[in-house]
Amino acid sequence: MFRRTLRAFGSQPQGVIGLGLLLVWLILALSATQLVPYDPLEQGLPPARAGDSPVRQAPSSLYWFGTDELGRDVLSRVLAGAHISLALGFISVSIGLVAGTALGLLAGFYGGWVDGIVMRAMDALLAFPGILLALVVIAALGTSIQNVMIAVGIAIVPQYARLVRGLCLTIRELAYVEAAHVVGSGPVRLIFRHFLPNIVPPLIVLSTLQIGQAIIYGSALSFLGMGAQPPTPEWGLIAAKGRDFFRKAWWISTFPSLAILSVVLAFNLLGDGLRGLLDPRMRMVRVTGQQNS
Amino acid sequence: MLAYLGRRLAQLVPVLLLISLIVFLILHALPGDPAMLMLAGAEGGAVSAERIAELQEAMGLNDPLPVQYGRFLLGILRGDLGESIRLRTPVTEVILERFAFTIQLSLGGLACALLLGITTGILSALRPNGWTDVLFSLMAYFGMSMPLFWLGLMLIFLFAFQLKWFPPSGSEGLDRLVLPSLTLGFVSAGAISRLTRSSLMEVLHEDYIRTAQAKGLARHRIVQRHALKNALIPVVTILGLQFGGMLAGAVVTETVFSRPGLGRLVVQAILWKDYPLAQGIILFMAVLFLSANLLVDISYAWLDPRIRLH
Repeated sequence: MFRRTLRAFGSQPQGVIGLGLLLVWLILALSATQLVPYDPLEQGLPPARAGDSPVRQAPSSLYWFGTDELGRDVLSRVLAGAHISLALGFISVSIGLVAGTALGLLAGFYGGWVDGIVMRAMDALLAFPGILLALVVIAALGTSIQNVMIAVGIAIVPQYARLVRGLCLTIRELAYVEAAHVVGSGPVRLIFRHFLPNIVPPLIVLSTLQIGQAIIYGSALSFLGMGAQPPTPEWGLIAAKGRDFFRKAWWISTFPSLAILSVVLAFNLLGDGLRGLLDPRMRMVRVTGQQNS
Repeated sequence: MLAYLGRRLAQLVPVLLLISLIVFLILHALPGDPAMLMLAGAEGGAVSAERIAELQEAMGLNDPLPVQYGRFLLGILRGDLGESIRLRTPVTEVILERFAFTIQLSLGGLACALLLGITTGILSALRPNGWTDVLFSLMAYFGMSMPLFWLGLMLIFLFAFQLKWFPPSGSEGLDRLVLPSLTLGFVSAGAISRLTRSSLMEVLHEDYIRTAQAKGLARHRIVQRHALKNALIPVVTILGLQFGGMLAGAVVTETVFSRPGLGRLVVQAILWKDYPLAQGIILFMAVLFLSANLLVDISYAWLDPRIRLH
């Protein structure tokens, strides 16, 4: 069974590429402190060519990604920032997953007025499209990287609630679930034995895709000055600081942006690969893939 | 049709109330004295006790919360969203002054997304798994994974500074709309392209297409006259959603291109801690998005009578 699954996954190039890319990033993030060639916070590093200015040095054999506006090594900062963005993705999606699944189960399992209240609340949250909902939360909590995680987590709650509720409505109608209900299984047993196992595969797919989305949102918020604060080597923040020098020093903004691109790409590829594996019916449909941060 | 319209509008009422409550709570979820926070953020420097008392009085911050919320609601109904602390002008006035920039950008972005997405979607569907399909699918992945701000920066660098085709920033004139619209559109084009592709591929397997083939119609005629109309229905249904995405994307895009729209202003308002302004803009954008969705639903129900009965 496990072998067959593995082979089916292997036959999908995008899933394998995504997984590979993600593993590379996980290793880089975990060993960043050993890998960084320079201290990511050290300013005014010696110029690669004697007599040059230490700031905004173009990429060279000494500084592969160049140096930034304060003369810090961009490669070291990008590596040091990897765990921030990955943590942001995992933490905010965990928040959205737990809260959204609970709400969706509540609405889909009990139906009636509970469903009405929960889903109207979700409709209200969905009226703030994309990053706007995260902005609402940031406006209320204040700007910091922790608050960005909470804000992005809350922003994706409705996605989970809607998915889980929809699945519950289908599961409720399944013959064996009805049978379990008729023989007197209580709600706890029903939820854990019959609902959750059916919900988990689509949740895995959604979460993988949402982690990428969360990293995009989080870096955009930091880019706008609402997340990580200097001198944190957060990718969106590095890109924001390099923005004013883009014409003369494209590398400051470009390398952290490429890092975001490749990490998010990894999650998107892996998510689509998993979708093909876990839910063949959904293979063609990808309407939710809009990012717009 | 009228009954459908009435039902849809009635459904909106609780959602609108909830939205106003969420926006209202932004200010009051903050730890500490809102008047103090706003003045420190928006006016800077030392905040005098008189100014705090003045603002608390002016905004009625000393009243119980339900009273404040009631006043907030009544204000909204009258079109009064309070006064911006930083700009010292009524929030409604600021929004009316600036929202055209954001609408232009959103529509421009939507047009780019549709043009790019539908064209590439059709080309992909005509030769599934051919090299164009693979190329466009790669483009879609990159579009979905790319940080919007970097795409904007690169387009400015390439088309404004290197090639000098378009101005790098600003708001007046159509030529200043091209680069930000492309930035915004490229990101959504991927989703539209994938949707068009799968929908057209499905339609091309329908019986009436086989009939058209059997009577000897040329392939491009079949696609143009018979398949495309039906294949684009799912694309129409997500237009409202896409418009919302454009509004949200405007927050980053306007910042990168220094456009004086609402997206950039809401970011500034939050950083200034100018809460009346931030609340007003967020509320306005949510209502705009809901209206767009309603409009899409209505036109869709008008096109397809089956929808009205549900």
